[in-house]
Amino acid sequence: MRYMLLINNDEAALANTPVEKAQQMSAAYAAYTEALKKSGAWLAGERLRPTQATTSVRIADGKTNVIDGPYADTKEQLAGFYMIEAADIDTAIDWAARCPAASTGTVELRPIWEMADYMPKK
Amino acid sequence: MDSRPDIARAAAEAAARESYGKLVAWLAARTRDVAAAEDALADAFAAALERWPRTGVPEKPEAWLLAVARRRRVDAVRRRLTSEAGRDHLKLIAEEAEARMTDEDLPDERLRLMFACAHPAIESGVRAPLILQTILGFDAATIASAFLLSPATMGQRLVRAKSRIRETGIPFRVPERTELGERLDAVLEAIYAAFTEGWSDPAGTETRRRNLATEGIWLGRLVASLLPDEPEALGLLSLMLFAEARRAARRDPAGDYVPLAEQDHALWDHALVDEAEACLRGAATKGVIGRYQLEAAVQSVHAARRLTGRTDWIAIRELYDALFSIAGSPVVAINRAVAIAETEGAVAGLATLYVLGDDKRLNDYQPYWAARAGLLARLGQGPQAVEAYDRAIGLERDPAVRRFLQEKRTALTR
Repeated sequence: MRYMLLINNDEAALANTPVEKAQQMSAAYAAYTEALKKSGAWLAGERLRPTQATTSVRIADGKTNVIDGPYADTKEQLAGFYMIEAADIDTAIDWAARCPAASTGTVELRPIWEMADYMPKK
Repeated sequence: MDSRPDIARAAAEAAARESYGKLVAWLAARTRDVAAAEDALADAFAAALERWPRTGVPEKPEAWLLAVARRRRVDAVRRRLTSEAGRDHLKLIAEEAEARMTDEDLPDERLRLMFACAHPAIESGVRAPLILQTILGFDAATIASAFLLSPATMGQRLVRAKSRIRETGIPFRVPERTELGERLDAVLEAIYAAFTEGWSDPAGTETRRRNLATEGIWLGRLVASLLPDEPEALGLLSLMLFAEARRAARRDPAGDYVPLAEQDHALWDHALVDEAEACLRGAATKGVIGRYQLEAAVQSVHAARRLTGRTDWIAIRELYDALFSIAGSPVVAINRAVAIAETEGAVAGLATLYVLGDDKRLNDYQPYWAARAGLLARLGQGPQAVEAYDRAIGLERDPAVRRFLQEKRTALTR
């Protein structure tokens, strides 16, 4: 099954991380990505720029609203993602727990809703 | 460390869990319906967890629980009596238990309940969670976090296992001598699983997990006291006590990981080490060796460093050889390879590890990569060591251990 690992971190706290620690954290992510790849679980993964670079778009009553900033104001912000292949949710949880973000923020796990599961076959 | 109210709360909570477990076991042993027994006591147990820390533990804790259960559940039970036939005798049994307790203690059926929970007909992965829930009253969400499963999955597995006990007629009895060994293994394995899940949070930052290590030891003591002639029960208790004794030494004041060889043994809990040694000696008098006694013996050799100032790796190597021949798990095999490296050199250790590497299960197994990285580094094979460290770092859950591995890796590229 495919799972999305949504990485949520406190941006403000992370921005104040000393350089040396930030480098250590980046190296941990690199190692984690590598472990995913070596294990054959990695499908995709990217880091997102902070929310100050975010733009939200919404059309209501025929009017397009373009907003600076994220859709929802939350304590932790979406900071990146991994898409992985895992046999089941237990394996996916194992991977989520190894993600460096699990000890600094929250890793949200969402199964991909495969089209075959919601579109009946014709 | 702990303040006085914390200690009082912990003591009250332990008493509540103890009485709760006894009652669940007593009721379930008579109806085989674990879920109904838990249901009947759920409200009373919650009330005890809430009240006893403030008021103190009542004189007859089991009678208190049953009285509250009866008062609060009388309507619910009445409703169930009409809707669900077959559970009606539960209330009568509860009353019988209450009557008994006016003049004597309730017989302790927890061992029987544990044997039912760790029955071969119960899926092995759910045995430890089931024991934690029925004997100690932990909820599914707490257990799920400790075992790294989703609460919904854990809840389903527990419910399924309990129906299985009832529907397949799993007996609530301590097995006969002839089959006791194998069956006891399953019980001990479940207890050890609970302990190691708790052990994996060395800093004790997650209260749920730290509790699990404590509860594992508590269950170990219970089994050892109920089966005093079983050397492996004593062996497991000894093993857990050795490990627990080192808890404070596993992190430095900055929260960084300290490997066993570098731990300051002054920080070990010497009373626990002494108790562990006594358990191991007690087990040895029975003259039957087993996995847990051997593992405890390895810990005993490590603990001897506090007296001799050195680690006897030849003894450890021999113990792992013995362990490997009776219980050749990947964990044992890796530890044995490390012991070989210490006695015969890194080349021999690494050769042993490479043979293991054929096992695909080790691909995502952190200790394998960490051991491999350490030995490669010792042999001056920098680039390969870095690669192995990267794998180990990427597979590690604990941030402190991850930092430790990262520092080792950095030292290689400097």
